[in-house]
Amino acid sequence: MSGAVLGIQMAYWQETLLKLGVGLAAVLLLTGGAVYLYLFKFVSFMQSRLGPMEAGPYGSLQLLAEVGKWLQKEDIFTENADRFIFGLAPAIVLSSTFLMFVVIPAGPSAVIADLGTGIYYVLAMSSLSVLGILMAGWASANKYALLGGLRAAGQLIAYELPLVLAVIGVVIQAGSLNLQDIVAAQSTGSIFGWDGIGSPYILTQFVAFGIFMIAVQAELTQTPFDMPIAESELVAGYQVEYTGIRFLVYFISEFATAVGFAAVASTLFLGGWALPASWGLSNGVMHVVGPLMISTKAILLVGVVFWARFSLPRFREDQLQTLAWKFMIPIALVNIVVTAVLKVAF
Amino acid sequence: MTAITDRQKLQYIAAQAADARVNVELEAEGMTLNIGPQHPATHGTLRIVARLDGEQVIAAEPIPGYMHRGYEKLTEVRTYAQVTALVNRIDWLGSFANEVPFILAAEQLMGVEAPPRAQWIRTLLFEMARISNLILFLGDMAVQLGAVTPAFFAFRDREYVLDQIERVTGGRFHPNFDRIGGLKDDLPQGWLADTKATMDKVRAFCDEIENLLMGAEIFQARTRGVGVIPPDVAQQYGLSGANARASGIDWDLRRDQPNGMVYPELDWKVWTHPDGDSFARFWVRLQETREAANIVEQCCDGVPGGPIMAKVPRIIKVPAGEAYVSTENPLGEMGYYVVSKGDLTPFRVKIRSASFNNVSIAPWILRGVYVPDIITILASLYFILGDIDR
Amino acid sequence: MSDDTTTTEAETEAAPTDEQRDALVERFREALGDAVVDAEVLPGKDVWIRIATDAWAESAEVARNRLGARYFGFLSVIDWMPSPFGRSMDSEVDRVLAGESAPEPPAMEQGVTGGSTRFQVLARVAHVGHPGDFWGVTLKADVPDDSLTVDSWVRTYAGADWHEREAWEMFGVSFAGHPGLRHLYLPGDFEGFPLRKDFPLLARQVKPWPGIVDVEPMPGEGDSDEDGEGAES
Repeated sequence: MSGAVLGIQMAYWQETLLKLGVGLAAVLLLTGGAVYLYLFKFVSFMQSRLGPMEAGPYGSLQLLAEVGKWLQKEDIFTENADRFIFGLAPAIVLSSTFLMFVVIPAGPSAVIADLGTGIYYVLAMSSLSVLGILMAGWASANKYALLGGLRAAGQLIAYELPLVLAVIGVVIQAGSLNLQDIVAAQSTGSIFGWDGIGSPYILTQFVAFGIFMIAVQAELTQTPFDMPIAESELVAGYQVEYTGIRFLVYFISEFATAVGFAAVASTLFLGGWALPASWGLSNGVMHVVGPLMISTKAILLVGVVFWARFSLPRFREDQLQTLAWKFMIPIALVNIVVTAVLKVAF
Repeated sequence: MTAITDRQKLQYIAAQAADARVNVELEAEGMTLNIGPQHPATHGTLRIVARLDGEQVIAAEPIPGYMHRGYEKLTEVRTYAQVTALVNRIDWLGSFANEVPFILAAEQLMGVEAPPRAQWIRTLLFEMARISNLILFLGDMAVQLGAVTPAFFAFRDREYVLDQIERVTGGRFHPNFDRIGGLKDDLPQGWLADTKATMDKVRAFCDEIENLLMGAEIFQARTRGVGVIPPDVAQQYGLSGANARASGIDWDLRRDQPNGMVYPELDWKVWTHPDGDSFARFWVRLQETREAANIVEQCCDGVPGGPIMAKVPRIIKVPAGEAYVSTENPLGEMGYYVVSKGDLTPFRVKIRSASFNNVSIAPWILRGVYVPDIITILASLYFILGDIDR
Repeated sequence: MSDDTTTTEAETEAAPTDEQRDALVERFREALGDAVVDAEVLPGKDVWIRIATDAWAESAEVARNRLGARYFGFLSVIDWMPSPFGRSMDSEVDRVLAGESAPEPPAMEQGVTGGSTRFQVLARVAHVGHPGDFWGVTLKADVPDDSLTVDSWVRTYAGADWHEREAWEMFGVSFAGHPGLRHLYLPGDFEGFPLRKDFPLLARQVKPWPGIVDVEPMPGEGDSDEDGEGAES
């Protein structure tokens, strides 16, 4: 890693601190934007209502009001709760979310840590949240929470597999686990010799993209895969005993993870921050355009997640497992084989 | 005062001991999950105690009574005219439909018949109550299955129907409009045309729900083959209304026992479904909503002129006798067994409400299903707590 | 659509249904013999059959398995004892109507098809055949005053379970052979049987119902036979 950000020389700690600060601000801003845009407004219009209108122009400050409300609420522990684990669980879920963002590149050098095994780091970090959810389910001393936690564990583990297998197709094609390399491969690639739009992997890996997005929906426990929190059965599953700031943490991590996975999906399949190399934009321009590109793509993909969430009914637990093990994993495996064969052939 | 406290203490200790017993049993075989009385899936305050093995239900038992208001006792100290204000609150989503059978029973005892115009308007409002009730079912079923959006459509479109009911009766939810021998008031001007326009919205809503849900693979996977009730079991438990028709029982009191209403003069169809599963119950109710919209339109066209009130005495004393009159309410067969002793108040009123029977099948049908299916099945059986507890 | 068409239709319907109901009573008599104590047919409307207490369970058997009344409507109990509290609505006007004097409980008098005990159990079953083939019947039986027990119907009609539990907790009538007479509505330690006539409705004891003073006038009606009291309201 170079010690220069936008040409200014900095000490390692200064640089890291700056990256973390900017990264955190960007993540929270994007998450807030996604929540306002989709959870408040987009869904309201889908459901033929207005959504928030009073706080700020078109209710844009509603999110701040909500956060303020949660911060003020009493932080309740249930009597039989395992207090230490109960308190730790949201922190684990949140940190798993934020750690995902560490390797997602937003520009030629706008990445907190450019790891060689970037994509596997992302997947590993994202599965940490299972731990937090299981802890929450157990420590709440509530049967609904326990059922929710167990469902979440079963579901997240089942869908981790198609998620990884879907990514392998991309990795084979790009020949690298590094996210910057994957972005570069898409930017400089060409479609049968035509390099007008580079070669975003959604064109070749559309099967993997579909599996990836479905698995993401399940990883995020959004409808139709929201059994762990199924509000009409388990009330709110593992979140049922959480109030105030701890609930807020779950809320933020839920939507931040959505943004994170959307950013990963845009990086893997939609070309990430880069514009096609043939357009000849310099690195200097991309320092500015890159973050905008990936933000826009991520926000659009989050929209797809929410669109599905508010349109579909929910699966039953056994149907969800059937879908993962009997359909998505075999398809993903076939996709890997086909990709590998074609990679060798061409 | 101390005596009460001691008693309370003893009760508390007893309750704790009972809990401990349950917990010991729980260690031995599966887990006891207490669903309700405060739970989003129970439309009020029904409690279901389910013994689980993993996600599978070994045994489940509904415990009603959290909303028991003792209407059968209260009717004994109210005049006949006052009873309608009570029974309105039984199935609060289709209130007008609760009044009708009681009034019909009283009319049967008195030997009074409402004039034709009143009968037509009764039928009209009866069907509108059905629509306002069933629309909510169609939306709510989706919510119970995890799709939130249709519920908002349901609340939006139900409001058009409620507005029309309010214009006639003055009450959105509790019209209290039916009287022995007729109706309280005549229709306001221009109401019939507006109602016909509203029915188009109802039909559009039905189409929307059909597009949103019925074709969805997930909806089908969640409802088809879930909670199958064979026709004979349905009859044994006294399931009525759409629940019976979804089990293939071709029976509708509107057609088979049209006392005091004008259904024989209208052109409509009784919908049945042979499957008897949750999907069939949803499907039958969807068709019935459409059919009700048809009936309302025909009533709007057919309402004759004339008085809306028969000649009845000012202070109503119902002659001694007994009468059981039931009608096809949105939830099923709703009947009143009225015993009169020739007094101002009924001597005894047995309220036969549909949901009571419909839910009493739950222990039978919930055996061996998965936890999410409890919610699907209960949602598809469709009960209103006030209709169970009365 | 006019008035006369509906009435003629009702009349033409009435005659055949009446025969049908008479025939139904005959079929019950054939099957149950002397156990059918009394029967009453309201032409074109309804039919009641009173069964001897001993044959109560058998009557369910007969109705369901032999006569095809497979649909279970409801089961309940009537307490025929006149309320010792009057009507609990002793307002000024009401007292005038009731004949001034304090409420004197009249003698116990059973309703349709008679009876000899304070409690009567009654149930409604129906036959649902192909479209239009539908009849319902109300069965009644005396509940012996000394034991307050009748046979349970659960073995024949599974749906009678909850109804019998309700009747048990509301009237204190037991059902022999019921799998578990537990409280349905009331808390487990509730004392008394709320729907019995001698169970006071406390709200009415504390504050009598204003009665009929606030009865609103019928639309388009100024004078009726009870005009005198109406003027006060």
